[in-house]
Amino acid sequence: MTYQTQVAIIGAGPAGLSAALEVAKQGGKVMVFDENDRAGGQLFKQIHKFFGSGHHGAGVRGIRLGQQLLEQCIQSGVEICLSTVVFGIFPGNELGIVKDGRSHTVKADKILIAAGAGEKPLAFPGWDLPGVMGAGAAQTMVNINRVRPGNRILTIGSGNVGLVVSYQLLQAGASVAGIVEGLPKINGYAVHANKLMRQGVPVYLSHTVIEARGDGQVEEAVIAEVGPGFVPIEGTEQTLSVDTICLAVGLTPSVELPRMAELAMVHLPKMGGYIPLHDSHMRSSNPDIYVAGDVAGIEEASTAMEEGKLAGVSMAEALGLVSAQRARELAGEIEERIGELRIGSHGDARRMAKEEIVRGYEAWLAKQK
Amino acid sequence: MACKTEIKEKKRGPLAVIECTEDIPCNPCTTCCAQKAITFEGSINSLPKLDEDKCTGCGICVARCPGMAIFVVDREYSETECLVSFPHEFLPMPQAGEEIVASDRQGKPVCAGTVHRVVRPESFDGTAVVTIKIPKEYADQVRGIRTERGV
Ligand SMILES: Cc1cc2nc3c(=O)[nH]c(=O)nc-3n(C[C@H](O)[C@H](O)[C@H](O)COP(=O)(O)OP(=O)(O)OC[C@H]3O[C@@H](n4cnc5c(N)ncnc54)[C@H](O)[C@@H]3O)c2cc1C
Ligand code: SF4
Ligand code: SF4
Repeated sequence: MTYQTQVAIIGAGPAGLSAALEVAKQGGKVMVFDENDRAGGQLFKQIHKFFGSGHHGAGVRGIRLGQQLLEQCIQSGVEICLSTVVFGIFPGNELGIVKDGRSHTVKADKILIAAGAGEKPLAFPGWDLPGVMGAGAAQTMVNINRVRPGNRILTIGSGNVGLVVSYQLLQAGASVAGIVEGLPKINGYAVHANKLMRQGVPVYLSHTVIEARGDGQVEEAVIAEVGPGFVPIEGTEQTLSVDTICLAVGLTPSVELPRMAELAMVHLPKMGGYIPLHDSHMRSSNPDIYVAGDVAGIEEASTAMEEGKLAGVSMAEALGLVSAQRARELAGEIEERIGELRIGSHGDARRMAKEEIVRGYEAWLAKQK
Repeated sequence: MACKTEIKEKKRGPLAVIECTEDIPCNPCTTCCAQKAITFEGSINSLPKLDEDKCTGCGICVARCPGMAIFVVDREYSETECLVSFPHEFLPMPQAGEEIVASDRQGKPVCAGTVHRVVRPESFDGTAVVTIKIPKEYADQVRGIRTERGV
């Protein structure tokens, strides 16, 4: 069958739900689609308390932020379609969706792609052995399915994902043999690393994994120190007895749908890879398609929520649900809060990268004229 | 003996110790403290600062800090002992009176101690604040209890 809506949103994560709420508040009809059987995106796996200020729900566990957002959406009349995969975006603002094994069409005036990100792989001898997995997958296993992926874990990557997931594996009763980081310094927040270190977890800086060994399952990991250019230094190899290797070597925006919609992109390694160009209010190179959250550059749930709101306000304005003046005011408030999140030693680089995306969009737009 | 320059005596009793070392945009420590003992100079991105005169050592910030980076230390609990409080989110939950091995910032064992108190009201949302009693000389070294989770 064919559904008709003013706004169709792909992804019920913090970005998608925040956008939906903003449009619904202005009286728009919104449908949100997510392949999972629960709404919240990454938030429903985040059992730790979040950083940020009061506006961003700081000190609240991610999972509760997700629940709050979901309740607000439901109260505001947002229609959320779970266990529904969006398999394509077609000309004429049409989405192809699959629900309960049947495919349907959704026609929308405006589309927001808030599809989040996927984990980057890392190849090394033995990486295809059972027991080598993405840190996000390990997190889903412990926090959603309540299954411990293994008893003795080695984590590759010291970004916040690697640090947070390792801590949660400890909480689930596993032991963590170490965190391996190629750089000479910890990549994520020091406070996250300190929590792990207080539990006696060693951090191997300037190290990499060179091999996973085992008979049908990971039994050992070989790690080594790296020199310039991340080349392993011969003679520094160590063998650790582990049954699970968690890869936390970065996320990459899920740009399959933006590609299908032929959105103009830019390649920005510091934001995770290819990113759809967008203006400062989240509109992509297709004036009917918006992007927000990790798909528009890997950041955090707090920034994803604000970008979602920004996209929501711009879609509401484009649909004539809110005056240009009011939209400017709302957007101004949101931008101020985003600004607060993109400062400091971790945030500055993200702010500059986001500015580069917007400049890329403006350059693209100038070429069209 | 009269002394002309007034030397401010170091406040006794429990005091927060903030071990937050990076300029991350975060501020629950300031907003949760009823005594307004923690402030930021400038934006929420700067490092939190403690006003020792205002801090009562209540331990609320220990539970609320998402970085689990705040401790409460009572250096002069008795002639020979001090108290160290830290956030704890592991099972089994320590019990008051339990004998433990106190550990340092690297999880290395430092000394023996006992669990003095475990506070876990609903408002802490699952985080317990565990206080242990250990020999005084380790007040600056001990930041938790030894578990078998790391190496
Ligand atoms: C371990 C870990 C710890 C983190 N800790 C923090 C933290 O402390 N603080 C913080 O602010 N952030 C944290 N984050 C980051 C935060 O979770 C993400 O930045 C945020 O969830 C991104 O939101 P999003 O809405 O863009 O995407 P997501 O939350 O990933 O949601 C996207 C949703 O879209 C769905 N989807 C994608 N494609 C389709 C399709 N074709 N059809 C249907 N559905 C689709 C996905 O299944 C998903 O549910 C953490 C992330 C991880 C992995
Ligand atoms: S211990 Fe209590 S009084 Fe002291 S800073 Fe923390 S919350 Fe404030
Ligand atoms: S709440 Fe904790 S992590 Fe956040 S600024 Fe305060 S001390 Fe640092």
